[in-house]
Amino acid sequence: MKLTGAQALIKSLEMEGTEVMFGLPGGAILPVYDPLIDSSIRHILVRHEQGAGHMAEGFAHATGRPGVAMVTSGPAATNIVTPLCDAYMDSVPIVVITGQVPYTVIGTDAFQECDTVGITMPVTKHNWLVTDPQDIPRIVREAFHVATTGRPGPVLVDVPKDVSNQMMDWYWPDSVDMPGYKPNVKGHPKQIKDAARLMAEAERPVIYAGGGILKARAADALRQLAELIGAPVVTTLMARGAFPDDHPQCLGMPGMHGNYTSVTSMQKADLLIALGSRFDDRVTGKVGSFAPGAKVIHVDIDPAELGKVRRPDVPIVGDCRLVIQELVKAVESEKHKRDWPDLDPWWHQLREWQERYPLHYEQLEDGPLKPQFCIDMLRDHTPDDTIVVAGVGQHQMWTSQRWKFNHPYTYVNSGGLGTMGFAVPASIGAKVGMPDRMVWAIDGDGCFQMTAQELVTASAERIPVKIGILNNAYLGMVRQWQELFYEERYSEVYLSPDLPDYVKWAEAMGCVGFRVDTPEDVEPTIEKANSIDDRPVVVDFRVDYKEKVYPMVPAGGSNDDIILDPAHDKPGGR
Amino acid sequence: MANGDAQHHILSVLVENKFGVLSRVAGLFSRRGYNIFSLAVSPTEDERFSRMTVVVDAETAPLEQVTKQLNKLIPVIKITELAASDAVERELMLTTVRAGSESRSQVTELAAIFEAKIVDVGYEAMTLMIAGTPDKLDAITDLLTPFGIVELQRTGRIALSKLARQPTKLRAVRDREA
Repeated sequence: MKLTGAQALIKSLEMEGTEVMFGLPGGAILPVYDPLIDSSIRHILVRHEQGAGHMAEGFAHATGRPGVAMVTSGPAATNIVTPLCDAYMDSVPIVVITGQVPYTVIGTDAFQECDTVGITMPVTKHNWLVTDPQDIPRIVREAFHVATTGRPGPVLVDVPKDVSNQMMDWYWPDSVDMPGYKPNVKGHPKQIKDAARLMAEAERPVIYAGGGILKARAADALRQLAELIGAPVVTTLMARGAFPDDHPQCLGMPGMHGNYTSVTSMQKADLLIALGSRFDDRVTGKVGSFAPGAKVIHVDIDPAELGKVRRPDVPIVGDCRLVIQELVKAVESEKHKRDWPDLDPWWHQLREWQERYPLHYEQLEDGPLKPQFCIDMLRDHTPDDTIVVAGVGQHQMWTSQRWKFNHPYTYVNSGGLGTMGFAVPASIGAKVGMPDRMVWAIDGDGCFQMTAQELVTASAERIPVKIGILNNAYLGMVRQWQELFYEERYSEVYLSPDLPDYVKWAEAMGCVGFRVDTPEDVEPTIEKANSIDDRPVVVDFRVDYKEKVYPMVPAGGSNDDIILDPAHDKPGGR
Repeated sequence: MANGDAQHHILSVLVENKFGVLSRVAGLFSRRGYNIFSLAVSPTEDERFSRMTVVVDAETAPLEQVTKQLNKLIPVIKITELAASDAVERELMLTTVRAGSESRSQVTELAAIFEAKIVDVGYEAMTLMIAGTPDKLDAITDLLTPFGIVELQRTGRIALSKLARQPTKLRAVRDREA
């Protein structure tokens, strides 16, 4: 069967099971948009290429399947660099197709030419420039394989216009042959035994669960292991929901804005069981004083993560789900051999911390609306399996702290790169992937203004996402740092609560817009928003700009120097 | 040039012979903050692969991280770390040295000692070609410096691991045990 390169590309995407893609056409990708008309793939036309990338990420986060985005060359390709980097940092499987100027004119500074492969090399797991239409099925197959296996990540396929137009003989490769790419998924049996032995000796163990748990679909396995060894579990920003917040062993989020018990449990632990986590600086604080008394078991599919920041006592390369299942077996046999250590004193200590240093805020009846109160009300008036999407900043941290993530794949946010503007497009992608679930984006006013135009996409495509803006009229997290560390010298952080008028803006984009100024309006407005299912809703929560995120470990500081909210004394003084 | 092997590691990296591979490897080094001391790239006996001999400045990063990150590049097939003691390393140097009539014979003599080839001769200078271990090239460079080095170019080292040879004594032991 003779096909054009463009037809082969679309057919290859279909063969990979692509049901939906996010994109925006342009000159160099024109040939590929033509056969798309006859394809079963649903295409969602975005308003900015960055939106396409984040939608693909949101889709992938929520479904576990690779998100696909397609844009043209030059400025379109550079616009999608941010989502690629975001996906690279958070190991999100997305496949991005870019158009390129004809192969014959590459290197001549042609119109809308840029070195897409060169620019995206550091922010993709791998990328390809197609030079022969005959290679298209093989490359697409390889691209999906690389994106979704091993440590998942973004890939990019750059397709010159003439390659799309040339003819090829259709085939579909039945396997992938990549000699330089063989992820190791099975943990080493000896290491697994050693790990089980360390667990059997630990008196103050902590399971440090990271995003790898979700990527490996290992939430069930994690629960099994945690219940078997009885250790507390901290779930990082990228792992919220990987272990249910309503489980008695769950301590919640560690790190810079983690709760006191979670942060301190790691500091005092004698064993850290790091599963699919990467000792990110936002978790460790100052590395030299992080968990000083702990031995470390580190499980990761990416060998380069083992020993990158902290040298593990037992490194295990492998898929989290498979390794945890093996660990469960090893622990069971270890349990037959000896008495398991008594973790009661440890739990007693943890419970005491939880009681003494809970998360705290105060909503006065006639006082300003508190952002935490809005999140609590949203949490309590939405279904348990609501997918929550956040941008980056204070609202993201409050959401992570206060929401009860009882199911995996219910929190979508930008962790590693910290991309403001992530929430609106990512929530659209999540809703497309999970149309039967309620999707709420909790966004900041600064974040919202970066990518709000994608609500036009959502209205046009009837994707009923709900956006709650915690509008404090500031770039709140930056303001917080300026208040605490720059002597309240506020430099370029004020945004105004009324400019833009978020309700009018929402309406102009085909959404329903609400404004909430007082605590008593919060719940009825949420109920109204929840009842709307035929178009997007935007709620402008006017919240107290003075509210700060606590606890906080100052950047570069030790986790021992955690700052609590003013209502709670710092243990041992400061 | 100081060439203390203590701060250097030699990595022999087998890569797919595809467009952009050098850029992927070089880019990885720069964005992770590792320093390349020297780099030599050439095709191998199998045209699908090339071999890169990378000498890494070990003080900039732990070697383990470098090799693990390199291994993640998809066109990288295999990485071998070559310790100086179990590798054969060679480097090629071309150098043009001032050698007027008064010093020409001395330079020629040095060239003979070091088994260098004279590849070009002018009125006031000559060009030598020397192959050998990096130490040997350092040594002749030092000795030629007083004459006046006009230009000098080194290829960066290439290396292969030494062939395994079982000592006869051990073989005797093994036979007896069998």
